[in-house]
Amino acid sequence: MDLIYEGFAKAVALLAALDREVLDITWLSLKVSGTATLLSLVFGITSGTALALANFPGKRLVVSAVNTGMGLPPVVVGLFVTIFLWRNGPFGSLDILYTPTAMIIAQAVIATPIVCGITVASIQNLPPNLRLQILALGATRPQMVWLLIREARLPLLAGVMAGFGGVISEVGASIMVGGNIKGYTRVLTTATVMETSKGNFDVAIALSLILLLLCFAINYLLTRIQQRERPR
Amino acid sequence: MKLFSSLVITLATVAALVTAGTLPAFAAGKSIILATTTSTQDSGLLDYLIPVFEKETGYFVKTIAVGSGQAIAMGEKGEADVLLVHSPEAEAKFMKTGSGMERRLVMHNDFVLVGPAKDPARVKGSHTTVEALKKIAHSGALFVSRGDNSGTHAKEKGLWKGAGINQAGQKWYQETGLGMGQTLSVAAEKHGYTLTDRATYLALKKTLGLQILLEGDAKLLNIYHVIEINPAKWPKVNAAGGKAFADFMVSRKGQGMIGKFGVEKFGAPLFFPDAGKKPESLGL
Repeated sequence: MDLIYEGFAKAVALLAALDREVLDITWLSLKVSGTATLLSLVFGITSGTALALANFPGKRLVVSAVNTGMGLPPVVVGLFVTIFLWRNGPFGSLDILYTPTAMIIAQAVIATPIVCGITVASIQNLPPNLRLQILALGATRPQMVWLLIREARLPLLAGVMAGFGGVISEVGASIMVGGNIKGYTRVLTTATVMETSKGNFDVAIALSLILLLLCFAINYLLTRIQQRERPR
Repeated sequence: MKLFSSLVITLATVAALVTAGTLPAFAAGKSIILATTTSTQDSGLLDYLIPVFEKETGYFVKTIAVGSGQAIAMGEKGEADVLLVHSPEAEAKFMKTGSGMERRLVMHNDFVLVGPAKDPARVKGSHTTVEALKKIAHSGALFVSRGDNSGTHAKEKGLWKGAGINQAGQKWYQETGLGMGQTLSVAAEKHGYTLTDRATYLALKKTLGLQILLEGDAKLLNIYHVIEINPAKWPKVNAAGGKAFADFMVSRKGQGMIGKFGVEKFGAPLFFPDAGKKPESLGL
């Protein structure tokens, strides 16, 4: 119990003192996971919408694959991204292994299927006649797609939250492709793992609390946007 | 409606700012990948040495702290520029493959056998490692192994072999596959015995409740070498950077810092500088 209390005290102390290293780590977590989520939105929403609206043989197979991808284990992604980015690997010339860029790539790979899967479900969940209605009113195809996405924005925002929550909390891929380098690729989750193995449980608890706080703040913001947008 | 569009625009702007403005890019020749063992990071040694090295040379060190086994494997693939490891037999093999250029002695400390204060196998008072390990094996008391091909794991396997005990697969022998710090925590929670380097043990001692039950056997020496990766074999290796780091580790300044590290906190150094000595003088 003492330890938990100490952890809380440490968290408050670190936050109150605006500890430079902790702030940097927190900011990097936000930056990496935020950028990865944005990338996953671009790829996930476009591919998800296309998948939901298209009809082709084998569609169920593809959707099943996407849904499986929603549970893609971060360590598996981390391993493959590492192998691809090795100096002597296929993309070695980019020289981005153990950089924040590599972490963004890995996290975007993790989040994209989540966003894509939720997009497919959200678009398919719209009333089937809506599409015909929009087209009948003389909308062009791109206009129709944009209207559909806007109609589905409530579940899509849930997709954003799921994607962001998935990547900001993962550690397996970040530690493999980022390397947990001090002041460069150390994020909240990898720092927590390291402080735990160093036996600094109070710092580890403090970092966990900051991570939870950060997630809550982001989700609160998104939820407010989502709820304000509720159709009357 | 408007809010949704403005959200999209805000997010896009943030994204543009984040990607354009921040992520510091390091010129290719200016960053070094150092593959090393968990003990140098978990004990805090690298956090103490590297900033000084970076300031002095302008290099940026990317420390990848894994087990010595994995660190050597990274060297074999040319995925690191310099290694700081403590697995002498594996290192010797590695040097034979031609992947390494120069291998220099940096420092040593020792391994210790730790276990619960109750000491169910009555290891305390043993004079040799062989005796202690035999007691553990015969009593069937839990032994927690790293099981990760690290330098410590390699050492531990060698000790079992030397004691003539086949520990693999025994009920009392569990492998964690984790780093030293976490393995110590597991041993502490399960009241098991484990082999650890002294530095990590001292750094974690306050939270563990494990005691040193055997120390000082010559077989328990823990020796760290720095190895530069051979650019002739792996052209992408930053040879100049690797050499600069290795030179720093064996320099007068680096060695002096190593010898002082931990004295303030633990009352005794965690590592003993050995640069320039012959390995034989340490009893290898």
